[in-house]
Amino acid sequence: MSYLIGEKLTGGYGGADIIKDCTLSVDKGEIAVVVGPNGAGKSTAMKALLGMLNLRGGTVKLDGRDITGMSPQQRVAQGMAFVPQNKNVFVSMTVEENLEMGAFLRRDDITETMEQIYDLFPILKTKRRQVAGELSGGQRQQVAVGRALMTQPSVLMLDEPTAGVSPIVMDELFDRIIEVKRSGIAILMVEQNARQALDIADKGFVLVTGENRFTDTGEALLANEEVRKSFLGG
Amino acid sequence: MTNSKRATISFSIMALMLMIVGFGQSWNVALTIINLCLISAVMSMGLNMQWGYAGLFNAGVMASTAIGGLTAVLISYSPVTKAWSVGGTSLTATLISLLVTIIAGVLVWKKMPKGSKRSWSMTAVVLTGYGFMRFFYEQATSAIEAVDPAKTGFLGGLGLPILFSWLAGGVAAAGLAWLIGRIALGLRSDYFAIATLGISEIMISILKNEDWLSRGVKNVTGLERPVPYEVDLQQTEWFINMVHWIYGTAEDGSPASAAALREAMQLSAGVVVKLCYSALFIVVVLIILGLATRALNSPWGRMMRAIRDNETAASAMGKDIISRHRQVFIIGSAVIGISGAMLTTLDGQFTPGSYIPLRFTFLIWVMVIIGGSGNNLGAIIGAFITWFVWIEAEPASIWLVSNLDIFLAETSPLRLHLQEVAPHMRMILMGLILVLVLRFSPKGILPEKAPDHY
Amino acid sequence: MDYSTDLLNALVLITNYVLIPSISYGSQLALGAVGVTLVFGILRFANFAHGEMMAFGTMATIFITWWFQSMGVSMGVFPTALLALPFAILITTLLAVVIDRSIFSFYRTSKSPPVTFVVASVGVMFMLNGLVRILIGTDEIIFRDGQKFLIKAGAFKKMTGLSEGLALKQTQVLTFVLAVIAVMALFWFLQRTRTGKAMRAFSDNEDLALLSGINPERVVLVTWVIAASLATLAGVLYGLDKSFKPMVYFHLLLPIFAAAIVGGIGQPLGAILGGYVVAFSEITATYAFKKFIKYISHGDFAPEGLTQFLTTEYKFAVSFLILVLVLLVRPTGLLRGKVL
Repeated sequence: MSYLIGEKLTGGYGGADIIKDCTLSVDKGEIAVVVGPNGAGKSTAMKALLGMLNLRGGTVKLDGRDITGMSPQQRVAQGMAFVPQNKNVFVSMTVEENLEMGAFLRRDDITETMEQIYDLFPILKTKRRQVAGELSGGQRQQVAVGRALMTQPSVLMLDEPTAGVSPIVMDELFDRIIEVKRSGIAILMVEQNARQALDIADKGFVLVTGENRFTDTGEALLANEEVRKSFLGG
Repeated sequence: MTNSKRATISFSIMALMLMIVGFGQSWNVALTIINLCLISAVMSMGLNMQWGYAGLFNAGVMASTAIGGLTAVLISYSPVTKAWSVGGTSLTATLISLLVTIIAGVLVWKKMPKGSKRSWSMTAVVLTGYGFMRFFYEQATSAIEAVDPAKTGFLGGLGLPILFSWLAGGVAAAGLAWLIGRIALGLRSDYFAIATLGISEIMISILKNEDWLSRGVKNVTGLERPVPYEVDLQQTEWFINMVHWIYGTAEDGSPASAAALREAMQLSAGVVVKLCYSALFIVVVLIILGLATRALNSPWGRMMRAIRDNETAASAMGKDIISRHRQVFIIGSAVIGISGAMLTTLDGQFTPGSYIPLRFTFLIWVMVIIGGSGNNLGAIIGAFITWFVWIEAEPASIWLVSNLDIFLAETSPLRLHLQEVAPHMRMILMGLILVLVLRFSPKGILPEKAPDHY
Repeated sequence: MDYSTDLLNALVLITNYVLIPSISYGSQLALGAVGVTLVFGILRFANFAHGEMMAFGTMATIFITWWFQSMGVSMGVFPTALLALPFAILITTLLAVVIDRSIFSFYRTSKSPPVTFVVASVGVMFMLNGLVRILIGTDEIIFRDGQKFLIKAGAFKKMTGLSEGLALKQTQVLTFVLAVIAVMALFWFLQRTRTGKAMRAFSDNEDLALLSGINPERVVLVTWVIAASLATLAGVLYGLDKSFKPMVYFHLLLPIFAAAIVGGIGQPLGAILGGYVVAFSEITATYAFKKFIKYISHGDFAPEGLTQFLTTEYKFAVSFLILVLVLLVRPTGLLRGKVL
């Protein structure tokens, strides 16, 4: 039984079902990656885990407890953190304020967590008084991940964190994500750059039209002839 | 319940209420209400095109109404030749300065390279032009306003039959709407609302202050009527015969019956005149209703609603949203302009001071929303109900206050205060109705019919 | 007379008729516009009932002032209304919260489009309009007491020997001082406190604020409390400075909207800037520069007319013209507010 698991999720945004009997799971200290062609329902599946979808079937369990009925806010309070693909920072607020907002639910001293995040992303420390809207794309993503980590989550979910950043920045970001994983957090990530993502993944899910097509370790998926042909471009 | 059933029931209830007023208060009151209901119906049909068809939040309904009213004056009032002779030249000079300024401005903008030099030249052109305009304008206005200020002091109009102004009012309002649309269309709905509200307020302050145009707050009274006058009617043979036929003749010659007959005469004259107006108004309402319904069900109407329901999709399909919005905004404003001219015709006077946004913009909004946005019959029933409540709320609340005898003495200051402010109950009532309808029946009394297909 | 005296006279003239009135009127507009802009930033709609909320708050202040006066309570040289203000703010805040809970919150939970909120706010406008008129009537009310002038025109002339007088009303100074205090308190709140930052975050990015665990209902509640408080303050200061008339308060809506949009909607700082821009333009454009030109030109050139850009009746038109200009040239407003 995985730490976070969404089993046989079926649902959409009110209209037709976008995901059908879709199952995703991730354990602590593990990176799970969801890949698949455009419109496969990758992001939708992740949003289903977070409770941002009208589910018609399936259950979501966190640490063995059924959280299917909880609102996104409640799930955040339960230790799930989410980094959306777009608009994932408060552009009019400083880096430090962004981090503070991430820790909004916490009542204890947050300086230590903030230091940890500055250690993880040193550039943010030098720019902490700067408004997030003025940062480069890669720096913004760091702020976004940092904001999510401020809650000290047990699960971190990232929706295409490398969309629109250069390859160098992408590698850098993936390195940081591996570091986060080592601190014992479960990481679930939707990615367009399937090859690189599966490279760092402990577990991979290949979704097609909202259904699980392949589920295996990242390594195995990369080795799988069919996956390579159909989804990784040879 | 189907829509036609709903329509039948609501119009029947409305008719019943008006009959109660007719028998209970008087037929003159009932007809006054009906006439204003009919005018309001034209207004709300116009707004319904903008809001119901296309989703445009026009908070400047009052501007169209007022320009329609102004047109009624400018069409029907006989020209004040003296004012023209003393002020005409300077006024023409003002106009020419305006034209020259605009042409010079456009030339500077088009011919000169972009930069601070162009901005300065532009400023210079505008300021100089404005200086000339102000000079001639002040000459013109002071001359015109000095002509017999107690009676005229303005240019007057064309001296044409006032009925002609109904059409002209529509055209004038359409022109104004074109101008407003140039500025405000394409903005988000809140901005559009604020912009149109602002323009309508400016429109009214112009009408209030430009005495040479329509006497400002001194009002233009005694506009010519499209229907007979009560006094003339009482001299007309067929009318006298009719009254005699209804009430019986005063053959016994007693003074009491003669007085009663005279009163009946006056009453009937009022009723007949109002009926004449009603007939004219009904014709207008029916014509506009017919055209509006046809437009709504045409491909054009379907496209409007498609744009309203999903702007992004419609623009992706290659629809030019702004120019479509401009069309519907102009047409809707024209209809409202017609109603403005009708209103001034009915009043027989033009009183800029009476134009306030609550009555001429937001009340029309209440009409459209409670009637059913997007449904023309709904706009009409909404107008009837809203106007009826607006008018009858006052006597009702006064009646309510005067029945407080049990609690309050005749001279209690609270009671006197309540009597004085009772008319404002209708504001609260209107707000309450609007909020309740929006909450519990947002589609209104007669909901928009779901389109068969897009 | 030498030219320097003329220049001084011109300066005093402008200070007296343009500068001082603009600053106090601008402060009043700014306070109103901050409320509009905050409601827009958090609730995402233009609140057409804001002018009526100002009228309501002022009315409450007047009633409490009368009550105090009837009991013989006063503040000496200061207007009694200042004493009544906190209570009136409490009442107005309560009203705003009740309105939100009974009317607006429904459309929030049903995620209605902004335009539905605007229509609802028109309904609220009607109701408040009627309520104020029923409670206090439609007449003009002057509720200022205490000392009227800090500097009197006559005394100033005597003191300086200039031919132009300078009058400074106590309410003008009060307006400015109170506005500065209120704005500083507001900015401290928005920049330094947890709730204030949550408000900014919510205004910036609603979804992300929700994901961070910010409670939207609390943010909305605080927004109404601030908007209602500032509306009351703005209304009372305007009423003290001029007079209270319900009709006038409805018409204040336009310059206030203009100020909020000119500054950049959703930006409190912009709203303040916009308030002063609108006030300065309104007063400058309708000021008759005849005398000023005479002094500046040392009496060599005296224009025949009043040398006014626009007659005073078109005051409101000025705010609107600025609004249009900003919408055309820089739709985001001076401080880059939300793009609409």
